This record gives sequence, C-alpha cells and structure tokens, in this order.
Amino acid sequence: MNLIQFFSAHRMEILQATGEHLWLVVIAMLLAVAVGIPLGIAVTRKPWLSKPILGSANVAETIPSLALFGFLLPVPWLGSRADRLAVAALAVYALLPIIRNTIAGIQGIDPNVREAARAMGMTDSQILFRVELPLSVPVLLAGIRVATVWTIGIATIAAAVGAGGLGEFIFRGLAMVDNRVILAGAIPAAILALFADIILGFFERRMRHAR
Amino acid sequence: MPETHAKAAIEFRQAEFRHGDRPILKGLSLEVREGETLILLGRSGSGKTTALKLVNRLLEPNSGEVLVDGRATADWDPIRLRRQIGYVIQDAGLFPHFTVERNVGLVPELEHWPENRRKERVADVLRIVGLEPAQFAARHPGELSGGQKQRVGVARALAADPPFLLMDEPFGALDPLTRAEIQKEFLAIQQQLNKTIIFVTHDLREALLFGARIALLEAGELAGTYEPQAFLRTTEPLAAAYVATLGRGAARPTLEKSPEKRGA
Repeated sequence: MNLIQFFSAHRMEILQATGEHLWLVVIAMLLAVAVGIPLGIAVTRKPWLSKPILGSANVAETIPSLALFGFLLPVPWLGSRADRLAVAALAVYALLPIIRNTIAGIQGIDPNVREAARAMGMTDSQILFRVELPLSVPVLLAGIRVATVWTIGIATIAAAVGAGGLGEFIFRGLAMVDNRVILAGAIPAAILALFADIILGFFERRMRHAR
Repeated sequence: MPETHAKAAIEFRQAEFRHGDRPILKGLSLEVREGETLILLGRSGSGKTTALKLVNRLLEPNSGEVLVDGRATADWDPIRLRRQIGYVIQDAGLFPHFTVERNVGLVPELEHWPENRRKERVADVLRIVGLEPAQFAARHPGELSGGQKQRVGVARALAADPPFLLMDEPFGALDPLTRAEIQKEFLAIQQQLNKTIIFVTHDLREALLFGARIALLEAGELAGTYEPQAFLRTTEPLAAAYVATLGRGAARPTLEKSPEKRGA
C-alpha cells in the first residue's frame, strides 16, 4: 500500500485527528491571547513588571515541551484530563511571542501621537482602546501568527499525554516503525501550519495597509 | 491687541519643574491675559515646552502652581482641563489610523456632540485652516503633505472651540515657504478668534510676526517680557543677541530661511 492509498484508506481517522489538533490549538491560542495581551499591556503601564512577566514567560519557553506536560500533570484540575493539560501547556508556550509583540506594538507608537491623545483629554482607557491597541494590531497579529505556527507543531507532542491530535499518528508510526503512519500525522500538521501562516499573514498585511 | 486690564487667563506662580535632579524651570512667574497671544521665546532646553505642558497638566510643577481660569491645574480634573485647551505640536501628532475628519472631530466626539453638528463643525474648521472638506475629510494623515498635516493639527485644536490654545513650535518643521504661508493664515485666524494663546518658538522672526508680547526664557528662567517694539530696542544682552540674528532690516520679518532647530 503506497502513501496515497494509505491516506485515503484512513482519511476519516486523519480528518478526525486534524480536527482534534485544530481544536487544541485554537483553544490554546485563545487562552494565550486572552492572558498575553493584558500582560503585555500591564508591562507597558508598569515597567517594573517587565522583568517578572517576561522573565517567567522566557523560562517557560526553555522548558522542553514533553517535560512541561509532565510538570503540569500533578496540577489538580489540569492534570485530570489530557486535553486540559495539553491546552494549558500549549498556551504557556504561545504566551511569550504574544506578550512581547503586545509590548513592542504599543511601545512602537510615535510618542507624539500618544502625547496628542493625552493633551486632547482622552482618558487612559480611551487612549488604550482607540489609539494604542488599534495602532499595534499589525505587530500584535505578527506575534499571534508566529505563536500559532509554533503551537501547531508543538501540539503533536500532546498525544504523548493522550490528548489526541495529529501527534497520535506520529507516535504510533514511531512505535510501528512505519513512515506512512508518521507522515499521516506530519503532513496534515505541516499543511495546517502553512495555512495558519498564510491566513494570519494576510490579515496582518491588510491591517498594515489600512493606514 | 493686548488689553492691559484684562484678567489673567493663565498664570504661572513660581512654577518649578525638575527632571530628576535637573531643574528645567526655576520658579517661573508669568501672566497671560485673556484673549492675548503670548510668545514664549527661547532656545532648545530653555524650558518653554515644559512651561506649556504645565498648563494642560501633561506635567505637574514640583513646586509653585499654574492657574488656568483662576484655578490651579492640580485642582482641575485633567480631562476637563485638557478638553478646553487646544494643543498643536511640531509633528502634528495626528492619529494615523483616523481619517482627517475623525482626527479633527475627536474632541467633539469625546464630548458627545451629535453627529451632524460634529460634521458641520469639522467642515467649518477645515475651511478655516484652508483645506477643502470635500477633498480632505476622508483622507488619512499618511496621504497629506507636511503643511497639510499641520493645518489639520490646527483644525483639530480649534474643533471644540476651546478658549485656550497651546502651540509648541507648530510650524517649526515646515519648509520656509509653506511656513510663511501658514504663519500668515494663522495670523488671520488668531485675529478673528478671540482666544488666549501661548505660542512657543525659537524663531524671533515668527515671534515678531504676531505682534504679541514676548516672554524670553533662558535656562529655565524668565529673562524678561517685552512688547515687540521694546524687544527690538532693548539693550539687554540676551534679547539683543536674538535681534542680532535678524540681520539688517530687523523690524521686518521676511521669507528668508531662519536657522532650523534639529534633533534634541
């Protein structure tokens, strides 16, 4: 059975695993965005937060992914279900580029623009929501794009803790020493990453041109 | 123009400002009368921009106070205070993601003016600064020349018809011809609208153009205030040094290029 035949014979399984994979990534990214953007904003408001926040996100990034899954296993609510565990670990990895780009986006705004906003009597939240965030969208999206592509790759390891996804095929293929099975996980994951990059890159460029 | 008996609209009382240990303003006392244009003249680092920012409370004095409409800025709600004070800066500081119309209409929008009144007002002020609304309202700042941006900056400051205007070298970054044009137009605007204006510049030519009282700042201290003619005649060395930069035919500002301030 060649690769194409193998893929078509297992297409439902592959499709289902791809769906699971996507699900893990999307939930993890939503979580990372929901946590990362406010943390990034906090750093731009209180510079002393920069060391603790960026420091911990940096350290988390250096933990090998398999080890991070292991570390989170004993955490009460998280460790009780594999998908929760996987989502949490993936979100932790996605955090750093999102926090960093939020900071870079806001700090990259022309200081004259911010000063004009203040001088015109905008409140702090008006400045944030009407000026700073809209102007940092392209940089923010770049961070989200990079983080999404990484997360799609790292999410294959989630199968090691039984969270499903395309990693299932990869681990199974490794155990069976069957390249076709490995590729049944690796190829769709690569395609997902490529698509995510293209689609998010498209939005990013559109936002850039919008000014 | 300056009415000697009008009350002080803006008053600096021994206002001091330090940046860390470095004194920027050393006890500035100065009155700006209602409806008057006051020129703050000084070189870079003399504290003139700092003085301006004390008025709309972008900065707060370390000691002393600044009174706006008889009330210390510290006692004002900063948001209320700033919405009554138009502010124009050298690089315009327009919002790049807003159209000209939204840029100009921002304070009216923040003040919840109804939309049709806002639109009307935006069109009016655009005309005042010499921009045809039909042609410019929908553009983004990136599609404007330096002079047009600066006009939009002035229109934005005028939009909510604030009684006060602060202008920080508003025409300093423009090429000499455009600058002369805008200066002339602004002179007409200034004479029409009865506003209290503090105009910061390092260019004596520009200062004289407005025919207004000149407050000379040097190293964070007030070196004197002068009526324009008195400024030209004084023997006080600092003022005389400024006059010397005009060269011959001093009393008549011309279109010649004046030394530009760069960087810092």
